[in-house]
Amino acid sequence: MIDQFAAHIRDAAAGKRALNIRGGGSKAFYGNAATGEPLDVAAYRGIVDYEPTELVVTARCGTPLTELEAALTAKGQLLPFEPAHFGPGATVGGCIAAGLSGPRRTAAGSARDFVLGVRVLDGKGDDLRFGGQVMKNVAGFDVSRLMTGSLGTLGVILEVSLKVLPLPVAEATLHLKLDEATAIRTFNEWGGKPLPVSATAWHAGDVRVRLSGARAAVDAAVRKLGGDAVEPTAAAAFWHSVREQTDPFFTAGETPLWRLSLPSATPPLAFPGSQLIEWGGAQRWLKSETPAAAIRAAAAAAGGHATLFRAPDKSAGTFHPLAPGLLTLHRKLKQTFDPAGIFNHGRLYPDW
Amino acid sequence: MSAVVLQPVNIDRRRAVAAALASILPPSALLQSDESVKPYECDGLSAYRQPPMVVALPETEAQVQAILKTCHRLQVPVVARGAGTGLSGGALPSGDGVLLVLAKFMRILDIDPLARTARVQPGVRNLAISEAVAALGLYYAPDPSSQIACTIGGNVAENSGGVHCLKYGLTVHNILKVRAVTIEGELLEIGSHALDSAGYDLLALLTGSEGLLAVVTEVTVKLLPKPECAQVVMAAFDDVEKAGNAVASIIAAGIIPAGLEMMDQPAIIAVEPFVNAGYPTDAAGLLLCESDGTREEVDEEIRRMEAVMQESGAHLIRTSRDEAERLRFWAGRKAAFPAVGRISPDYYCMDGTIPRKRLAEVLRGIANMEKKYGLRCANVFHAGDGNLHPLILYDANKPGELERTEAFGGEILDLTIKVGGTITGEHGVGVEKVGHMCAQFAPKELALFRAVKTAFDEHGLLNPGKAVPTLHRCAEFGQMHVHAGQTAHPELPRF
Repeated sequence: MIDQFAAHIRDAAAGKRALNIRGGGSKAFYGNAATGEPLDVAAYRGIVDYEPTELVVTARCGTPLTELEAALTAKGQLLPFEPAHFGPGATVGGCIAAGLSGPRRTAAGSARDFVLGVRVLDGKGDDLRFGGQVMKNVAGFDVSRLMTGSLGTLGVILEVSLKVLPLPVAEATLHLKLDEATAIRTFNEWGGKPLPVSATAWHAGDVRVRLSGARAAVDAAVRKLGGDAVEPTAAAAFWHSVREQTDPFFTAGETPLWRLSLPSATPPLAFPGSQLIEWGGAQRWLKSETPAAAIRAAAAAAGGHATLFRAPDKSAGTFHPLAPGLLTLHRKLKQTFDPAGIFNHGRLYPDW
Repeated sequence: MSAVVLQPVNIDRRRAVAAALASILPPSALLQSDESVKPYECDGLSAYRQPPMVVALPETEAQVQAILKTCHRLQVPVVARGAGTGLSGGALPSGDGVLLVLAKFMRILDIDPLARTARVQPGVRNLAISEAVAALGLYYAPDPSSQIACTIGGNVAENSGGVHCLKYGLTVHNILKVRAVTIEGELLEIGSHALDSAGYDLLALLTGSEGLLAVVTEVTVKLLPKPECAQVVMAAFDDVEKAGNAVASIIAAGIIPAGLEMMDQPAIIAVEPFVNAGYPTDAAGLLLCESDGTREEVDEEIRRMEAVMQESGAHLIRTSRDEAERLRFWAGRKAAFPAVGRISPDYYCMDGTIPRKRLAEVLRGIANMEKKYGLRCANVFHAGDGNLHPLILYDANKPGELERTEAFGGEILDLTIKVGGTITGEHGVGVEKVGHMCAQFAPKELALFRAVKTAFDEHGLLNPGKAVPTLHRCAEFGQMHVHAGQTAHPELPRF
């Protein structure tokens, strides 16, 4: 199958034909619109290697994310970055290419933090391996993490090795009432204390905080933080609805959804519209009709960036414009990995 | 280790380059006499020595930009250096180049207690960051053994780890942003004080790039809350395989220890008389397993760790009763390198990472090599993350021992690759292991590394000869080594 993919890539490169790399299609909405003929890699699937005591799993790109997560759960482990699926077809390759992380991100780390190695086909159709299946590895440039979140513009991820962790022994979710400014300050104050906070969310005055870890530590934190305990099933459903964006905040109406990635202690940004704040203040979902330029300017002024995550019209561009020096480097790296410029043209930035 | 041929200094070139830099730096920050550049001839891997042509000691970012721009114009190689504690010769100077010493960048610029970040200059020592924020109940997690001396700039260049990285990650997991200058003198801001940035993850690419892509002039690090307390379990085994299995059982029990270290008998025997840590010298393998967190968490986890050690057949288990005892248990492990230095005139430290399940096989392989080369080897192992440091004991004054040591080390690297590991877990490739990169990576993978290098540094001026081998370096290496059953680069002529 890899030979077929490689032949397809070489053929497309020779003819300068754009390719749209596709797994389950669950994240087709993310980024700018895909163009080019489909290169469907969903059939290259399956877990290649999983040794729970090594804390490493290696899976092919087309492996359904649900299949991988079920295999980990069966051994009492998890993907610590708690990735969103955004649809039943989500694959491991798409998960890493999109590089998105879920509610546990602040406590555990991001998708790229857990990538240990990749096997990729570059724009010449060459089958290359970087990183590996071990936790500490500084041989060569970190191409594996560079691929994470590159939305397929640098190559086809064939296989990925990920660090996994044990499922927390205990978990509890609390509900508190706080205004936005107090919630942001409180999240950051919790972050500076040895508390087992594994997720935070604020929306319209309601705070939910999830605690994960040793039983005794979770119990002690529940006593320290106060608030009302959320019943476990309801709590699981809540975090799922935030991660998968099935909560009514995300699903209601056609208003553009922005993802603001900001320094966590940034005070509230006053935009017309509504917000759902995660990651201790570092990720703020904004539903607003405010013009893109104003949102991007405010995010940049705060030291962060803004992504037009979901919108009927993405003509303003999905991703925050790059500074000139960084843009030049991006173009050079794109040229390095994909000399003919065939992979997912325009998906990340419009003209490449 | 002894493969470097000293380059004689071209006096005219030295004068010309120094004259160009004299418009940027005061005379006291520009060294060019043979005596004044001599102290910079090596880093922590002192078997390689090469005095630089010129040493530049800037103290502002603007000076760094101007120096790099000038070197780019004059096509002079540039090697950046922090404290020079690296163990792979990554800061070995170029005899025809400028050594850019960042030791004057010593200021902590800003600490944000609420956001838990610190903005620091690259010459700030690793431990100095934790000391500066200790009163806030915070610390910087990566703790390489050289943390008292090594700088954060060097940590970024090497993606340094430490004994706590299974739980708390490496440098790449604990930094948010760098300011870096390209060889053309352009200042880049990579990453941000948010948790991610638009576009490619250049922060990850730059971390661990061994000074080949850009020179870091500022780093923003994440700070973590200091754990309330920590305790360590010491467990002794009569067989290293049992100790290895105990490590797997700890992980299988769902425990991620704050630190999990192993020593074999030669290491224990070297350490104990030196430190009096209370290690049983009759043990074949010794584990140190640490728990940190809240009082409640640690109590619960320590009980589970003790139970696993018991079930795994430890013949002696001791848990630290107080902070003094915890530090004493660790003192032995932390003194392993100097202790080995005490029992042998010289030692050579290796740094592979292996899948943990292959540990017993690798240790048996090393034991066979000891016989083959007639040299002793002590093994210390970051067991949690699979990073093995064999210390080959030798005497450089005995004819032939250095060469045998090199061959021994090379064979360990080959074995590391064979079992699915990597030639370097945390010390970097540097100049030391650049040949073995040809064994770990296929020619096309190395070509891609070279192309990434070119994207940042078209003329290959930043830290040349390190980390990524040239085609010809691999051809030379290939004369001795065979990769995947085939000689590398059959297209090249051989002599």
